[in-house]
Amino acid sequence: MGIKWNEFFVTGDPLIFASQIGIALTLVGALAGLTYFKKWNYLWSEWFTTVDHKKIGIMYILLGVVMFLRGGIDGLMMKGQTAVPENDFLNAQHYNEVFTTHGVIMILFVAMPLLIGLMNFVIPLQIGARDVAFPQLNALSFWLTVSGAALFNISFIIGGSPDAGWTSYFPLAGKEFSPGIGNNFYAVALQIAGAGTLMTGINFVVTVLKMRTKGMTLMKMPMFTWTSFITSIIIVASFPIFTVALALMTFDRTFGTHFFTISGGGMDMLWANLFWLWGHPEVYIVVLPAFGMLSDIISTFARKTLYGYKSMVISIVMISVLSMLVWVHHFFTMGNSAGVNSFFSITTMAIAIPTGVKVFNWLFTMRKGRIKFTTAMLWALAFVPNFVIGGVTGVMLAMAAADYQYHNTLFLVAHFHYVLIPGVVFPIFAGLYFWWPKMFGYMLNEKIGKWHFWLFVVGFNVTFMPMFFLGLDGAVRRAYTYSAETGFGPLMMISAVGSVILAAGFAALVYNIYWSARHADRNIGNDPWDARTLEWATATPVQHYNFASLPEVTKLDAFWHMKKNNELQPLTEDEVEEVHLPSNTWIPIYMGVVFGISGFLLVFEWTIAAGVAALGILAGLAFRSFDYDEGFHVHKDEVFETESKWRKGANKGVKNHVS
Amino acid sequence: MKKSKLFLVSLTSIIAVLLLSGCENNMVVFNPEGPIARQILELINFSIALMLLVTVVVFGLFGFIVWKYRERKDNLDYEPPEEHGSTVLEIIWTVIPILIIVALTIPTVKTIYAIDEIPKGYENKDPLVINVTSADWKWIFSYPEQGIETVNYVNIPEDRPIDFRLTSAGTMQSFWIPALAGQKYTMAKAETQLYLVADNPGSYVGKNTNFNGQGYAGMEFEVLSQTQKDFDQWIKDVKETAPKMTLEEYEKMLEPSHLGRKTFSNTHLEWVDHSDPHSKNYTNPEMYDRGHGWPGKIFEDKDNYKYKDGNNEHSNHENNEDMNHEESETEDSHGGDHNGH
Repeated sequence: MGIKWNEFFVTGDPLIFASQIGIALTLVGALAGLTYFKKWNYLWSEWFTTVDHKKIGIMYILLGVVMFLRGGIDGLMMKGQTAVPENDFLNAQHYNEVFTTHGVIMILFVAMPLLIGLMNFVIPLQIGARDVAFPQLNALSFWLTVSGAALFNISFIIGGSPDAGWTSYFPLAGKEFSPGIGNNFYAVALQIAGAGTLMTGINFVVTVLKMRTKGMTLMKMPMFTWTSFITSIIIVASFPIFTVALALMTFDRTFGTHFFTISGGGMDMLWANLFWLWGHPEVYIVVLPAFGMLSDIISTFARKTLYGYKSMVISIVMISVLSMLVWVHHFFTMGNSAGVNSFFSITTMAIAIPTGVKVFNWLFTMRKGRIKFTTAMLWALAFVPNFVIGGVTGVMLAMAAADYQYHNTLFLVAHFHYVLIPGVVFPIFAGLYFWWPKMFGYMLNEKIGKWHFWLFVVGFNVTFMPMFFLGLDGAVRRAYTYSAETGFGPLMMISAVGSVILAAGFAALVYNIYWSARHADRNIGNDPWDARTLEWATATPVQHYNFASLPEVTKLDAFWHMKKNNELQPLTEDEVEEVHLPSNTWIPIYMGVVFGISGFLLVFEWTIAAGVAALGILAGLAFRSFDYDEGFHVHKDEVFETESKWRKGANKGVKNHVS
Repeated sequence: MKKSKLFLVSLTSIIAVLLLSGCENNMVVFNPEGPIARQILELINFSIALMLLVTVVVFGLFGFIVWKYRERKDNLDYEPPEEHGSTVLEIIWTVIPILIIVALTIPTVKTIYAIDEIPKGYENKDPLVINVTSADWKWIFSYPEQGIETVNYVNIPEDRPIDFRLTSAGTMQSFWIPALAGQKYTMAKAETQLYLVADNPGSYVGKNTNFNGQGYAGMEFEVLSQTQKDFDQWIKDVKETAPKMTLEEYEKMLEPSHLGRKTFSNTHLEWVDHSDPHSKNYTNPEMYDRGHGWPGKIFEDKDNYKYKDGNNEHSNHENNEDMNHEESETEDSHGGDHNGH
């Protein structure tokens, strides 16, 4: 079989050629560096084969940050192209590829890994557990996500990127109108990553239900644990729909079936329904954990327990139920009957009720508090006004009749960026600043953090606020250019300038990570924020076994009350027990690689080769079935020694870092 | 501390500036030219007023709380009270959103039903039926009663309800004339329907809002509203002077391309109605070349218009020759590029 290399690699664009060379050089450099510094062994045994939820969480976050760079560059390219009318920086085809990958990457490979990373790191600690319920499955989830992300990302240098939008509506995304393999990357890469996410969902449902420490009833769980729990349930309920939809898409595109095509009795509207049956819950999958983080962070820095805990729990459960009942609002304009549109208008607007309850509860958590303006808290505070703008425009969009004038315009684009950036990205930043010391043993610099904050928040508003007005003036989304007569030019230019400020804000975060890793103070104690939940009862950075003896909980904000009641005595020798932990394993990363190879072959429609490669998946499953490794034990004395070391030093010479 | 205030001030000033500049701009959604768009605008205005109220209240409360309970040098020894919530307050802020939602739901549902029908006051007028067929990347308008067809422009009489029957020859698209009415999708092998009325003679922009590939950005058309007299005259002129379209020309027209305006004194409905689930497919997968990357398999379907007793393979190969024609044609027209009519 002769391979036409000029079609295998994406050719014909100097920008892409430069990135191909850049990627090749970076790869060679990284491999050479690892070999030269003899880091292979360290990487393999400490990271690649780990099943420790903390390390997996950190790797998820790393993946999310790297993907944020890629998705952000896509966004900047779009803003650069539309800054002036009739621009020819990108042609239509490239612009289509760029907005498609921007959407997919930002949702599935930025928001999801960052949130799942934080969940991974924090949830077992918050519930007083030593790991998640299925540590090996957790590693498998991670490596499948990496595999999917890698497969999706190489599409822009090999084979060609998907170009039918992140929603990939049929019939456009089918072979009838997109014969190139670009959209195969979408179908296969998201299938692999989605399988990983589904396993994460199952894992966290079981973890929260079964692994809570003594005394922690459901109604004593920190709010982040609650929202992650509900999110996991939504994942388990909605991701299978996406799995099926993607499988049918793969059949249509690879084997010529007719599920969604216009020929052979296919039904394009079926794709839209299946996609949003998953896609809308997906919005809540990313927003809910973010709400939970905000709850914990606001309560910590206002020095008050969360206001209206019970109504918070009821409202997230309500949101999760409603999330499955609103999908049609993404296509009110598909010619549905007035009755259908009325029903989905009402269910959609109803989501404003529990969301409103949450906003008021957060405000009243701060009332009578003492609000400390740390960077983490600034992000949590900025969430409120910005998200309110996203929320009220969401209510406007929910009114089907009005939506006929907003649909597919930049008004809609502005709305969902006002939901997803303040509602997901701000809380993620808040979470990173908040939990960073627990992860790495040092804090991110507060001064650079504030630069990051102000640049990002101002840049965000300057970028997206003009889009509301552009949309109301008839500017449609996804158009690579517009004529000067439309009059969109000035606002488009303001928006483009905003995106540069936004990018500068992100650059400040990257610089902050670099600066703090090199220069930040390492002596910060185990509880630098005077926080309230159990993760702060552990050493900083956390010991690999998390807790020397599992804590007992009597109240919400368990750690806060332990501090208040002076229950934090130094450990005595007989309190320490032997700790049983799972061993490292090579199977998850192996599975990631095999899934990636098999997926790549499937993308190129070399189905027989893909089938042969898939035998490797069966081999991995077989190995796992005959794996009788029962983990290892950390000896009592070793635990006692490490514990006494950090506990002794814990509060000596620790400066107050958050003045 | 000061920063949060600064933040609020800057945010509100940005919003204010943009609102003001927005008003000067005469945004199309706020300048309806027909009863349907006007009804939608009334709903939009009502929701904006209510939502502004919500925004102001929440922003005010937020600013007040953050400012009042900030940490200061003189309150460092203040320890906030244990406070778990208040059932009364929580019920209040559950009920208020419910009331707001109810206030929005009633006019929303009313409007949804109202704009699904011929607008009030025009029920007695006989609606003009126009079949709209979208194809990559042009709009085809057929007037079945008058027996004429136009491409990328549509003339309508003022003050008379227009009954648009929407379908697509290929990709899913969205038919939108923001000054006159909200949008609706066009889909192959399905028919959707849209009523509108234009108040006055005038020219309005119509466009596709649903992304459908490389030629998407240029998919605009002109709606020209005329007096009944001018409209009748135009119909007469077209019937007398416009050429008749042949099936071959029509098939050629459905290939992916940008076209200028065209006018014909017959309609394609005599050959094919794309909204019929059993109609033939007019797809040309081999003509969608993206200019780079690995080409995938193309599947041949028996319900394709080129399929004639199994010798369609031949014609496919011919079509492969001019794969790059699209690139050169994007230049010369933006859908609305007028070649006269």
